[in-house]
Amino acid sequence: MTQPAAAARPAPAPSRFRATLDSGAFTVTAEIGPPRGADAGAVERKVAPLRDWVTAVNITDNQGASVRLSSWAGSLAALAAGVEPIMQLTCRDRNRIALQSELLGASAMGIPNILVMTGDHPKFGDHADAKPVFDLDSVQLLWAARTMRDEGTLLSGRKLSPPPHWFLGSVENPSAPPVDFRAARLGKKIAAGAQFVQTQYVFDAGAFARWMAQVRDLGLHERCHILAGVGPIASLRALEHLEQRVPGVQVPAEVSGRLRGVPEDRVADEGMAICAETIGALRQIHGVAGVHVMAVGNERRVPEILQLAGVGGLAGSHAG
Amino acid sequence: MSASIAGGLATAGQASAGGPRPVTPRAPARSMYLLHHLLEPNAAYRRLAAWLQTRPRLRRLFTAAEKGVKQEIFGCRMCGQCALPVTGYACPMTCPKELRNGPCGGVGADGRCEVYPSMRCVWLVAFERAQGQGRSGDLLRLQLPIDHRVWGESSWIRYWQGRDDDLWADLDLPGAARAGRA
Repeated sequence: MTQPAAAARPAPAPSRFRATLDSGAFTVTAEIGPPRGADAGAVERKVAPLRDWVTAVNITDNQGASVRLSSWAGSLAALAAGVEPIMQLTCRDRNRIALQSELLGASAMGIPNILVMTGDHPKFGDHADAKPVFDLDSVQLLWAARTMRDEGTLLSGRKLSPPPHWFLGSVENPSAPPVDFRAARLGKKIAAGAQFVQTQYVFDAGAFARWMAQVRDLGLHERCHILAGVGPIASLRALEHLEQRVPGVQVPAEVSGRLRGVPEDRVADEGMAICAETIGALRQIHGVAGVHVMAVGNERRVPEILQLAGVGGLAGSHAG
Repeated sequence: MSASIAGGLATAGQASAGGPRPVTPRAPARSMYLLHHLLEPNAAYRRLAAWLQTRPRLRRLFTAAEKGVKQEIFGCRMCGQCALPVTGYACPMTCPKELRNGPCGGVGADGRCEVYPSMRCVWLVAFERAQGQGRSGDLLRLQLPIDHRVWGESSWIRYWQGRDDDLWADLDLPGAARAGRA
């Protein structure tokens, strides 16, 4: 990966993530949350153990609506550590001026992948008194970003010189109502510009397979790379948090029963085993391009999960 | 109204958040689709709209009447760029995130809004209402970013004058509605 040079003209940042997906290989991404502090080193320390295991790492954008080091700065820190970032960008905190500016900055600094999402409501974060912006929604932001890149124009119609370039993705939650609309909604995001999608946590591979059947019926898996979101439940407290506090996530009784049925000191291992099994099941579903492992706060254990799941590392294929 | 009535429905002690709250419309979708035919632009409406544009006091009265009706039924906040005809007549601007292109990923398994759990997600309501009338394809249109200068204006006048024509665009996807404006 070439490092961005201040004076140089922006060279297209090649996305290894995109190349891997295009090759048809089962692709693994992970996710880290930047620190609550002015420390780029914390990002580097979190991404370093993932370097040989995942193709790219999401850098969250003030996840849970709590203030963290910004996702663009975290993405640059990841690049410096030799890990390809997927910069998350939410609609919660910025109007259309700031969003487009952020997108230009990301491209100029060599961030090759952008993940667009609506974002958690400020109510859930550490500044519940903040103004929720939501000037654009995620579909509008995808459309704006694609227009910036492919037509070289801003929402205002003004020309960009040169236009930005990144691999553009979004998110979807197949298990949130209205379930029968979720595949169509993914179609809408793809038509607006999503080239890849990472889903919310999947704990019920059967339900996910039913959604994927709808996705295939619409032919969406041929127009977009679909990565299923997974993650280990590391403790009973984390399970309760997921069940009660994370909007839109459903943990089936079978999974919670397994976690509650083992001794307390075995819960973390059981959670990893369940996660690995889920990866195995998802891998069998036609149209699934890979998995996105979300173990925020527990990133170090991602390689173990992948090993358990029998998903090989990147040995030899690493571009550095 | 949306804030006061909706606020009254919220359970006591529920953590509050600023901004809009989801409103389930107080009129069946079927009658709204029928009623819409009465509002479709024609020469008389266009003349009325043009005339109201030249009479600021009457225009304010007309706008207040529109606001009264739409607030009562839909929790209208007068964004001035009405999407109701293509959202099953459930107002997306009552979504706490003001999403105009469909529900967020935080809808609870029972259909509750993640921000106001005592209320039903307005997009879930929109989907059910549109689907019930065979209009779910409407939801696949790309709703373009709104113009924030238009808040408070009469969307009926804008509609009759053809100034709402670029509120949405058709996307290239399977199953999407291809008809003209509802």
